[in-house]
Amino acid sequence: MNRVVITGIGIYSCLGTSLDQVRDSLYKGKSGIVFDEVRNSIGFRSPLTGMVEKPNLKGILDRRQRIGLAEQGEYAYLSTLEAIKNARLDEEIIDRNEFGVLFGNDSSARAVIEATDIIREKKDTTLVGSGSVFQSMNSTVTMNLATIFKLKGINFTVSGACASGSHAIGIGYFLIKHGLQKGVICGGAQEINPYSMGNFDALSTFSVRVNEPTKASRPFDKNRDGLVPSGGAATVIIESYESAIERGAPILAEIIGYGFSSNGGHISQPNVEGPVRALEMSLRDAGISADLIDYVNAHATSTPVGDMYEARALNTVFGGSKPLVSSTKSMTGHECWMAGASEIVYSVLMMQNDFVAPNINLETPDEDSAKLNIATKTVETKIDTLLSNSFGFGGTNSSLILKKVK
Amino acid sequence: MKDQEIIEKINGFLVEEFEVDADKITPDANLKDTLGLDSLDYVDLVVVIESNFGFKVKGEDFVGIVTFQDFYNYILSKVGEKQEEVK
Repeated sequence: MNRVVITGIGIYSCLGTSLDQVRDSLYKGKSGIVFDEVRNSIGFRSPLTGMVEKPNLKGILDRRQRIGLAEQGEYAYLSTLEAIKNARLDEEIIDRNEFGVLFGNDSSARAVIEATDIIREKKDTTLVGSGSVFQSMNSTVTMNLATIFKLKGINFTVSGACASGSHAIGIGYFLIKHGLQKGVICGGAQEINPYSMGNFDALSTFSVRVNEPTKASRPFDKNRDGLVPSGGAATVIIESYESAIERGAPILAEIIGYGFSSNGGHISQPNVEGPVRALEMSLRDAGISADLIDYVNAHATSTPVGDMYEARALNTVFGGSKPLVSSTKSMTGHECWMAGASEIVYSVLMMQNDFVAPNINLETPDEDSAKLNIATKTVETKIDTLLSNSFGFGGTNSSLILKKVK
Repeated sequence: MKDQEIIEKINGFLVEEFEVDADKITPDANLKDTLGLDSLDYVDLVVVIESNFGFKVKGEDFVGIVTFQDFYNYILSKVGEKQEEVK
């Protein structure tokens, strides 16, 4: 079995478009949530969202490379560029080691809707243009990144709802652990455009605290009223420990455990048992006891039912040891398909810089969250081992455990 | 619209869409090579023609088009047909 390490990370999120910006936002507890006039004007129940600037890739990528990229692919290109740079990878190393790509992504709504509008209006499929199909497929991010970066290993997309990004890293970890890949560019990407979130808004899942956007996402708080959607992209480059040492790559952390499960229950209503099984599986895989976890980056999205079940699951597994817990979604909103990867990036930044980012907006814990050791302010502390949870519709659960390499 | 105006309009959208230097576009130059067209790009050529001149091109219409002059002649004849229809 190979040891699996993280050698590069990159981020394009509502907390910043570089690792330095995002580290500072996390440390300061800065929210990236805004009031979106477009959503407000087209009948959304909630106009709140995390927001990022649209990248301008003209002059950076050629025309053919650009026109196949959907919005989330543009974000993923930029986060991957940053990760490749700080992993000190180049084309020759990527080629020699047959690097692969596994990203979490579970929609590409804008491209599908725009193509459908053209076909309905013009009654001619040709007029959707040649880039549309490459933007529309769920695998849009991986097919584009694999082409742009000339990747020759594994190449597909993991669609596991809001746990997509976490499962992508987990699957990459297994491939490297079992010697099937030397390196994989993992990550998660999430479109932000309103139409990608319309049917989610329909479920009344989003917060309507419209007068206080930055206070709307409040995981574990008794007075939360729903989640806030968000997006961007995060890249986590993983390699075998041997490969990283051999090429003198920076080692940011080691992945020591991955646990997964399915609730086998309701399509949107979570439960306690499913997440507990994923948590326990990740600990078994890591070969450590629960009390060795210093920090839990919770999935908690700011929905009353979801937060409650996660708090109960964490209390079941960690009740005795009480690690520090925070949900960075209090600042980012719910980055959905990207969240499992971005939260690994956020957690690695905390580990590198000796702090736990705050679970902002937690003013009044409820009965279940009161039993957790939640960081409501930034905590200066060394993190040796951490766990990141991600859950999704259909009852999919993923837990990843990272350890500092000394 | 006069023929020269139409040719300038064509050159304008080809430069914009396919990101080539304007001075590389000459009547005798090879359309495919100069614009760097692959099979996917012809789809986008159909799109820009439709959005600029309002008519749909069939794939087989491109068969006889080699140079920019061939392309201009094709567009000019199609625009002419359209104007005749209006009359």
